[in-house]
Amino acid sequence: MIETDILVIGGGPAGMTAALKAADNSAQVIIVEKYHQLGGQLIKQTHRFFGSKKEQAGIRGIEIAKKLTDRIKEHNNIKVLTEATAQGYYEDGILTVSQNNKVIKIKSKKLIIATGASEKMLSFKNNDLPGVYGAGAVQTLMNLYGILPGEKIVMVGAGNIGLIVTYQLLQAGVKVEAVIEASDKIGGYLVHASKIRRAGVPIYTNHSIKRAIGDRSVEAAEIVKLDNNWNEIKGTEKIIKADTICLAVGLRPLTDLLVQAGCEMAYIPELGGDVPLRDDNLKTTNNDIFVAGDTAGIEEATAAMLEGEIAGLKAVSEVGHLKNNIFSELKRLKDELKKLRSGPEGKVISQGIKKARGDSNAGKNRYTHLR
Amino acid sequence: MLEKTGIPTSDDINLVVPDKKRLESGPVAVIECFREIPCDPCFYSCPFEAIKEFDDINDKPKLDFVKCTGCKSCIAKCPGLAIFVVDYNKSTVSIPYELLPLPKKGDILEGLNREGKKVCNALVVSIKDPEKNDKTAVITIKVPQEYLMEVRNIKVGDQNGR
Amino acid sequence: MRIKKHPVLEFKRDKKITFTYNGKQIEAYQGETIAAALYAAGIRVLKASSKYDRPRGLFCAIGNCSSCHMVVDGIPNVKTCITKVKEGMVVQEEIGKGDLID
Repeated sequence: MIETDILVIGGGPAGMTAALKAADNSAQVIIVEKYHQLGGQLIKQTHRFFGSKKEQAGIRGIEIAKKLTDRIKEHNNIKVLTEATAQGYYEDGILTVSQNNKVIKIKSKKLIIATGASEKMLSFKNNDLPGVYGAGAVQTLMNLYGILPGEKIVMVGAGNIGLIVTYQLLQAGVKVEAVIEASDKIGGYLVHASKIRRAGVPIYTNHSIKRAIGDRSVEAAEIVKLDNNWNEIKGTEKIIKADTICLAVGLRPLTDLLVQAGCEMAYIPELGGDVPLRDDNLKTTNNDIFVAGDTAGIEEATAAMLEGEIAGLKAVSEVGHLKNNIFSELKRLKDELKKLRSGPEGKVISQGIKKARGDSNAGKNRYTHLR
Repeated sequence: MLEKTGIPTSDDINLVVPDKKRLESGPVAVIECFREIPCDPCFYSCPFEAIKEFDDINDKPKLDFVKCTGCKSCIAKCPGLAIFVVDYNKSTVSIPYELLPLPKKGDILEGLNREGKKVCNALVVSIKDPEKNDKTAVITIKVPQEYLMEVRNIKVGDQNGR
Repeated sequence: MRIKKHPVLEFKRDKKITFTYNGKQIEAYQGETIAAALYAAGIRVLKASSKYDRPRGLFCAIGNCSSCHMVVDGIPNVKTCITKVKEGMVVQEEIGKGDLID
C-alpha cells in the first residue's frame, strides 16, 4: 500500500493545478491518470484559449498542457501514475488503482477528484452506426493521431465544442457540410461561429438530426426543422450526404467515484447534471474529499485551473504542511473565479454553483435511496 | 440575428468602425467582438495601449481610434480571430489565417465575405510568417475599396488537395 | 488517411510498426492506438453488436464507452482506442461478448 498526503484523480487542467499547488506547499502528491499522458482535454485543443492572460489566455491549449506537464516533472514530490485507472474508493479511505493488470492500494490524507466529463449521446435512428462519433473522438483522431476522421462531416451542436471542433476540422482539411443546432440560437461564443461562417460553413438553428443513413457506416444524415416546442416539422426533412456525424451535444460530469465515496450529490442542470455538493473551497460533504474542474460542473479550462488551485491549496492546508498563510491566496483565487463568472456567460453557472452549495433548490431527492 | 447566424449585421459592425475621416487618415483596427465573454489578451497585445484596459474581464474591447496606428500586432493575438486592420488609402485589409496551404505574395485569390461567399478578387500583398506568431499568419490583401468592410476571409484553391 | 501537413500541429511518425487484423497485415506508426491505426487504414467497422449483429466502431475514442472492444493477442474486451500498437500484435474482431480467459 502507498501512503501520501494528497491524491489527485485525473491529470487534466484541474488535477494538474491542484497537484502543483499542493506540491508547492510541500505536500507529497500522487496523480492518477488513465491516459498515457497528462493534460486531459488540453492535449487536443489547438485553438488559443480565452479567459485571463494571467491564467494562460491567448496560448494554445496544447501549449498550456505542455507547460503544466513540464512543471509537474520538475517537482520531486509529485508522483504521476499514467495508464492507471482509479477503480474504487473504500470506507476505510483507501482508493484502489488498476495499472498494468495490477491493483495498487493508495491511502491519502486528502483526495481531489478531477475526473472531468464525458460526452452526452443523442437519440436518433441508426445513431449506433460507425461514423457517428462524439466531438472529442474526432478531435482525438485529428489532433492526437493526425488521422482524417472523414471527408464530409455534419456537426450536431453549436455550443463551443461544436464550433471549435468544426474549425479544427477545417484546419485538418475536412469539409464540414453543416452545423445544426436544436435551439433557436447559437450556444457558443459568437466569434467561434463567425470564424466558421466566413469559411462558408452554414449553421442551421432550430434543426435536429432525425436519422443517420447508411448500411455499414454513415453515408448521409437526415436533418429536420423543429418548432418552438422542439417538435419535428413534417416536410422540412433534408438529407445531407456525409460520412461522419459528429455529436457535440453537451458534457456531463464523471462522478462515479464521488457517488461511491458517499459524497452528497444533487442534480443541477445548470452544471451539466449530477454533481457533488461542495463549499466554496471545493470541499464535498466528505471532509477529506475535494472536487475540481468539469467533475464539479461543466465549464471551461480557466475555471478548471482556478478550481484546481483552490482545492489543492485548501487540501494541503488541512494536511499541515503550509509555508505561508493561505487566506489571502485563497481569496485571490476565489475572486478571480467570481470575476470570470460575472459576465452574461457565467450567469447560468453561477446559479448552478449556488445550488451546489446546498441551497434548497438543489435536486437532491434523486439520491435519497443511497443513504 | 447574430445569435442565429453567427454573422454580425451592419448595425453590429457600425458600432466598431471609426468614422470616414479616421478611415481615410491611415490603417486602423476593427475589432469584431460583439458579446461579453471573459477574455482579455487583446489589451495586452497593443504596443500603443490603444485598447482600453478591462475593468471587468467580460467587457467588450474598446479601441481608441486615435491611438491605434494599424500596426496589426493585435490580429494574431485575439483568441477569437476577430480583429482585422483596414487601410483605406492602400485599399487593403489584413486578416488572421490558420489554414493550409498558405498563399504567396502576388497570388490572386477569392475574397470572401462574412458568409464565406466570394465578393471580389483579392491580391496578396504581404504575409506575416505564422511561425513568428505561434502559427497564426497575418495576410494583407488588396481588394476594391468598396469591399474593405466586407472581405474577411480568402479562399486558396482546394484545401483537400495538399 | 493520415494528415501530412497541418497548420498548427506536427505529427511525429518515426517508427513503422506492422500488426495483423483478422489475418491481414496493417501498417502503423509507433505511438498510434490500435483503433487509430485501423481507422487510418480505412477500417471503421470494428465488430458487430452481440444481439442484433449491427456494425460497431469507435464512439468516444478515449476509453469511456466500450464501443471499440476487440481481441488483442488472445485477450478479449480490449479497449482498442486507448491501447497502443506493438510490433506483431494480433488483433481480431470480437465475436459476441468475448470469452473470459480460463
